[in-house]
Amino acid sequence: MTNLVEIRDLRVAFDGVPVLHGIDLDVRPGEALGLVGESGCGKSVTWLAALGLLPSKATVSGRVRLGETDLSGAPRAQLEQVRGGRIAMIFQDPSSALNPVLKVGRQLCEALKLHRGLTGAPAKAEALRLMDLVGIPDPKGRFALYPHEFSGGQCQRLMIAMALAGEPDLLIADEPTTALDATIQAQILDLLARLRAEMNMATVFISHDLGAVAQVCERVCVMYAGRIVEQGEVGLLFDRPRHPYTRGLFDALPRLDGPRVPLVPIRGTVPDPRNLPRGCAFAPRCAHARDFCHSERPDLHRQQDGRALACAYPLPAAPATQDTAPARREGVHS
Amino acid sequence: MIAFVLVRLFRAVVTVLAVMTFAFVVLRMSGDPAQVLMGPDVPQNVVDAFRAEWGLDAPLWQQYISYFREILSGDFGLSMRDRSPAIELVLERVPATLQLTIPALLLKLCIGIPAGIYAALHRDSAIDRGVIFLAILGFTIPSFVMGLVLVLIFAVTLHALPSGGIGTWQHALLPAITMSIGGIGILARFSRSAMIEVMGQPYIRTASAKGVRWHDVVRGHALPNAAVPIVTIVGFMVGSVISGAVVVETIFSWPGIGRLLIVSVANRDLAVVQCILLLIAAVMVVSNLVVDLLYGWLDPRLRAQPAH
Repeated sequence: MTNLVEIRDLRVAFDGVPVLHGIDLDVRPGEALGLVGESGCGKSVTWLAALGLLPSKATVSGRVRLGETDLSGAPRAQLEQVRGGRIAMIFQDPSSALNPVLKVGRQLCEALKLHRGLTGAPAKAEALRLMDLVGIPDPKGRFALYPHEFSGGQCQRLMIAMALAGEPDLLIADEPTTALDATIQAQILDLLARLRAEMNMATVFISHDLGAVAQVCERVCVMYAGRIVEQGEVGLLFDRPRHPYTRGLFDALPRLDGPRVPLVPIRGTVPDPRNLPRGCAFAPRCAHARDFCHSERPDLHRQQDGRALACAYPLPAAPATQDTAPARREGVHS
Repeated sequence: MIAFVLVRLFRAVVTVLAVMTFAFVVLRMSGDPAQVLMGPDVPQNVVDAFRAEWGLDAPLWQQYISYFREILSGDFGLSMRDRSPAIELVLERVPATLQLTIPALLLKLCIGIPAGIYAALHRDSAIDRGVIFLAILGFTIPSFVMGLVLVLIFAVTLHALPSGGIGTWQHALLPAITMSIGGIGILARFSRSAMIEVMGQPYIRTASAKGVRWHDVVRGHALPNAAVPIVTIVGFMVGSVISGAVVVETIFSWPGIGRLLIVSVANRDLAVVQCILLLIAAVMVVSNLVVDLLYGWLDPRLRAQPAH
């Protein structure tokens, strides 16, 4: 199967400080890919860079291909066609992601006009259909309201409706549930999963919430300090994490079943991009690190079981014992 | 929406009343018109007669009440100098002042706002730095210095423009420019920071992410949001079209409200000063009222919370 998006050696620096150190990433048509990692590891920057949405102080290099189109270095007009048309993006804080002084109907219709040439009554009809599709009650009555008259969850639904307006091949959901209440989070995740199935649209789900990722995604990339450190099928990574960082993310999750055990946080914090360790960026926080890890950086290598891994001394490939697996992995099979 | 308007109307009326009261009291506490008008050597009985004639011998509160009664019946009093109605003296000066302040206002808007927005959109470029530098220069140099420098260059050295007085449009050029420079600087700075703030908001990224063209992002998504803080400053400038010319009119011997105010204060011409202050307050209050209503129109979030 040909890839929908191919990212090769994508690098980003802000004011000369590199924050993304060569990302290789493929998205297949219709698949759901999770990007996981702590704040500041480069999950969002990867996609903002791919779509040319970073501020001008950022320098971007590498290649981003969308089907036959090369997005890296593409002229602005071409990128504007892709944005919202073939790749749509929704963001973390839905309440501030909608323009506060424009009616939501107008914001929806704007996307419909840009990507599907709809104006006037047909645009309004389609906007109402989209609002209904994402679960906004009484779309007709709320078409002419402003964003502040909607709740956070509803704003995110509106964002999703706006993203769907261009009938994209790929939806980038950047922490779409982080700012929402737990019950609303579940509804939005369900909505995203349902829409992906109905519209056969690939989804990249950027999150630090492993439970949410497990629920929605088929494949997961774990990122740390601007690099991918482990990548593979969601079941594989969740049952048998091999990178100590991936494992650490799971150990820091609360369990819903089994005996109460203390959570194991990952000690330390994400390193400062201006001052990265010489070897593996995770080595200073890693319980398994040896001398080699502090001096040499391991590359991302494909493993026999299909995953890719960047670790010199990974955890054993044997299945993890039951009490270390995350409680919420049930979501994978649901 | 009705509550929004009513609250602001009420506030406007209170403000005008406060200004009138303040002007009335301070003028009467700070000097005696009879002394100023007639000089120190006039016999006491003449002074007393003058006071009685103008009602200055009554207690302050009685003067205040009769002043209000007269205002409410449309009588703004007579000038003590030539006994002509104060309101006429004031109103006949208004066109001269507006001849300076309205062109100055247009210059501020047409130069200050675009310069600020352009600088914001090209942040940290040479043009941006140039705009910031000129803006700071513009509003830190006092208008009397700026006016004299312009006179020195264009009137004294180049003989290109008249240095003062009223007559042709060339006479208005130097005073109007002098008056506009500070405002251009303030507006450029304000528009720039408002625009930079807005361009960093998540909804601008959303608009770009959905494929809106760059110019339409700026025009359709950023400008309507940046308008609120800019309108605040513009409202203040519109409010000072009557009062903003005091210094510049004096430098350029321009027979407008500002000069009349200075002369009348010096002469303790109570009715004229009160009349000017009332006019200034009314214009300022009306322009603030319009700004408040514009807020509600520009930002739907402000419509929802009328009283705060």
